[in-house]
Amino acid sequence: MAAKLTVPISEQQIRALKVGDQVLLNGVVFTARDAGHKYMIENFVKGTCPDSERLMYDVLKEGLKGGVIYHCGPVVRKRDDGKYEFVAAGPTTSIREEPYQADVIGHFGVRAVIGKGGMRDKTLKGCQEHGAVYLHAIGGAAPLIAECCKEVLDVYKLDFGVPEAFWKLHVEDFPCVVTMDSHGKSLHEKVRTDSEAKLQQLLAAG
Amino acid sequence: MQDFTDQFVELIKSTSTDLSPDVENALAAACKQEAKGSAAEGALATILENIKLSRETGRPICQDTGTPIFHVWYPMGVSQRSLREQIKSAVRIATERACLRPNAVAALSGKNSGDNTGVDFPTVHFDEWEHDYLKAGLLLKGGGSENCGCQYSVPSPEFPASRDISGVRKAVLEAACKAQGMGCAPGILGVGIGGDRATSMIKAKEQLFRPLGDANPDPELDQMEKRLHREINELGIGPMGFGGKTTVLGVKMAQLHRVPASFFVSVAYMCWADRRKIMTIKNGKVTIEAP
Repeated sequence: MAAKLTVPISEQQIRALKVGDQVLLNGVVFTARDAGHKYMIENFVKGTCPDSERLMYDVLKEGLKGGVIYHCGPVVRKRDDGKYEFVAAGPTTSIREEPYQADVIGHFGVRAVIGKGGMRDKTLKGCQEHGAVYLHAIGGAAPLIAECCKEVLDVYKLDFGVPEAFWKLHVEDFPCVVTMDSHGKSLHEKVRTDSEAKLQQLLAAG
Repeated sequence: MQDFTDQFVELIKSTSTDLSPDVENALAAACKQEAKGSAAEGALATILENIKLSRETGRPICQDTGTPIFHVWYPMGVSQRSLREQIKSAVRIATERACLRPNAVAALSGKNSGDNTGVDFPTVHFDEWEHDYLKAGLLLKGGGSENCGCQYSVPSPEFPASRDISGVRKAVLEAACKAQGMGCAPGILGVGIGGDRATSMIKAKEQLFRPLGDANPDPELDQMEKRLHREINELGIGPMGFGGKTTVLGVKMAQLHRVPASFFVSVAYMCWADRRKIMTIKNGKVTIEAP
């Protein structure tokens, strides 16, 4: 049975999660991907927040504390009432954020990162140190996940383009699997190690 | 010359929202093979549900509608320039209708053009052919899977392999292992052997238009396709990289002539959302179907 997890999430709730656990996520989530992570690192984590970005910094500081980052570049539709809705919103490949993720988690107090394909050692260590998990969503399941995105609450940095903007959403029962936990365990490490061993066997057999 | 813009819009919509039966059937068969209650089975069940939902609601199967790659075969006398303009218009309309995500960004600045057009975007390949009708294939190739593609120059200090079919096998196995689940496994591999760096990769991508159940006309390649399909699945990477029995749904290969000095093996990785369709326009009748 999948456990419900509601934002804001406490460290205790995160520490209770183990690789393989299924989770239904509820509450406020921010999308952020390549341009977003580079921006957060350059302006807030490594840089001293320029005045022009002060408002954005406040939004992220408030929204990401105990919060969730979703690696996603959605297809959106602007409705007649001027509000946006998500049409298709599956996860994007997370590994591209590997150089940034642990620092973003630490700086903002992020508790969960949703994506696909898994991440590597630096992020795993970050999860362990700060009390965060990596949640795997089903790549390509875009309309299905869009149905869990009940409301687009706001959008920031739309000048980055639709896929790269920060979309603030309310999600209900967003299905994910814990594939990297806060105890140093990663399903991706295990699958990689096992498959590389099998590869060597196949190559040796010619 | 007749305007085919509306027909191209339909081709884009169908490709983005209605997965071909060969892929859907292969995913359904894979789902039955995975252990009951496993993450791999769960992933495939979700994928199958998503395919149905997308078809019913007319929404993109995947939000990453990728690089639209068109291949147009046209009869003598048709203008490539007009066709290219019509395809660009169709892409703009399909983007407005949320069948495509605006995906064209300037390489360095990252500025999104907003309508899926830009420098050499979308990709269009043209061939004049002997028939009197027009045929157009479309492949929507997402970025996550595209990043898993690679090219080997055989042999090299980094990649000691032989310039024969066993060297090709080694390259494809390595590529599949390196991709893990990051290209949205279970994927399909297109492989180009020979050519130059560019033609080799184009040939690899062309293979993705082949039906999953077809046989390669070259017996040596046919045998290797089946062997690699089996062996890559033995790697155990599984759907989404969760571990499991199905890592790829198929491997499709082709060879090109090369110069004596070069031996390239190019691997194009396509995600499970293997979105490709073929449109024919014959005597005014439009047909859009799976390859």
